[in-house]
Amino acid sequence: MSPAAAGTRERVRFFDATIVKKAVMAITGIILFAFVVGHLLGNLQVFLGPARINAYAAFLKSNLEVLWFVRTVLLVSVLAHIIVTIQLAGLKAKARPVGYVKKQNPHTSVASRSMYYSGPMIAAFVIYHLLDLTIGAGHPHFAEGEVYANLVYGFQQIPVSIAYIVAIGLLCLHLNHGIYSLFQTLGWAHPKYMPRIKRAATVISILLFLGYISIPVSVMAGVIHL
Amino acid sequence: MNLILHVWRQKNASEKGRMERYEANDVNPDMSFLEMMDVVNENLITQGSEPIAFEHDCREGICGSCGFMINGIAHGPQRGTTVCQLHMRHFKDGDELYLEPWRARAFPVIKDLVVDRGAFDRIISAGGYITAHTGSAPDANALPVPKTDADRAMDAAACIGCGACVAACPNASAALFTGAKISHLGLLPQGQPERSRRALAMVAQYNRELFGSCTNIGECEAVCPKEIRIEVISRMNRDYLKAAWKDRSALRDDQAETEPKAGGRR
Ligand code: FES
Repeated sequence: MSPAAAGTRERVRFFDATIVKKAVMAITGIILFAFVVGHLLGNLQVFLGPARINAYAAFLKSNLEVLWFVRTVLLVSVLAHIIVTIQLAGLKAKARPVGYVKKQNPHTSVASRSMYYSGPMIAAFVIYHLLDLTIGAGHPHFAEGEVYANLVYGFQQIPVSIAYIVAIGLLCLHLNHGIYSLFQTLGWAHPKYMPRIKRAATVISILLFLGYISIPVSVMAGVIHL
Repeated sequence: MNLILHVWRQKNASEKGRMERYEANDVNPDMSFLEMMDVVNENLITQGSEPIAFEHDCREGICGSCGFMINGIAHGPQRGTTVCQLHMRHFKDGDELYLEPWRARAFPVIKDLVVDRGAFDRIISAGGYITAHTGSAPDANALPVPKTDADRAMDAAACIGCGACVAACPNASAALFTGAKISHLGLLPQGQPERSRRALAMVAQYNRELFGSCTNIGECEAVCPKEIRIEVISRMNRDYLKAAWKDRSALRDDQAETEPKAGGRR
């Protein structure tokens, strides 16, 4: 008899249950997704000219309590999202100690297959992105509050733009599985709506990808300039 | 047709196993996969070697005993089919087939292709039942059940507990099995009184058996011989989250009433 069979029947504690951990991942995922959408809407104001986006940036920073509240929520979400992932990955590693000689996973989408890789790469990019455009470290011409100029200078460096586009691609791939998956995790799935949710997840990720990369592409093409 | 088989051979639970190569010659395409294995075993026995152990019982796809990996796919390449119902006409002359047991920590290998699926039994005994009076059966239509609920419950109830979902899952998760059992009863009026308790107890047991956690990939539903949909996992998640949230503080001690501690009096 395995140890599990030994008759100890006490319940698992709330946060020890894998389903609760997955729910934490889904809910923090929703928060981070909301940020990704909001951030894009903010960024797209770059097409309305320097005055508009700089004013928007100043408005975001005008109320420090709100700013730090939002930043704290985002940071806690990121950390919780990562911590439960590490815990569940540890469980995964233990759950199959002897692997297969041959194993096919024909139904695993590229997006779901790459979650464990896209996640850490997005995290690394976010750290770089914050250093680059929020703190200004490593940026060639950083000036506090000059969002428009910082952005144009930044994306005029081709390697920076390419790294950005790749990172956004990974983010959207991650979201493609994530958006669909959260419905399943939180118990909102229904056989009739699931195919639509899956399709909607793909459409949303593609729109986000196009929205985000439109900015570096426009800078590189000279549509947005100083 | 002639086939080459690479089969996992392992004497017992403690011995380390290995893949071994066998030839299956003159295979009749009308045979089932297990019949082909029977012939291979006959030859092994006449040669005085140990036959390949595999589990089987009904051989008509309803008992859930059989099952192993064929070239990395649980129950082989045919969708919605158990290995006992898989026919050799789906293979062609010269095919090389890798036969391996289900792989999961919760399913230790007993011998060759046979694994111990006792973890599933323990999940069922944790809550996969309803409490009802036995004796004379109630009148069939005394309790109305909406047709769609009856159909969905029936779809979930088709689960034969073969373990293919665990074997196919990249996380070795038993979410499809547990979800099917929870949905099957949770969709019916008879399952309502114990619905929360059932979700809590069965999921707790599934976690205790150290199955992995579901990542909503869908490999399980693709290999399920009864074609159970991952919708059942979502139902399980919903039932569990609802029940666990309502029951946060009582999570550790309320089992005492139904299951006396060892040494206690009934
Ligand atoms: S032997 Fe019963 S399902 Fe295959």
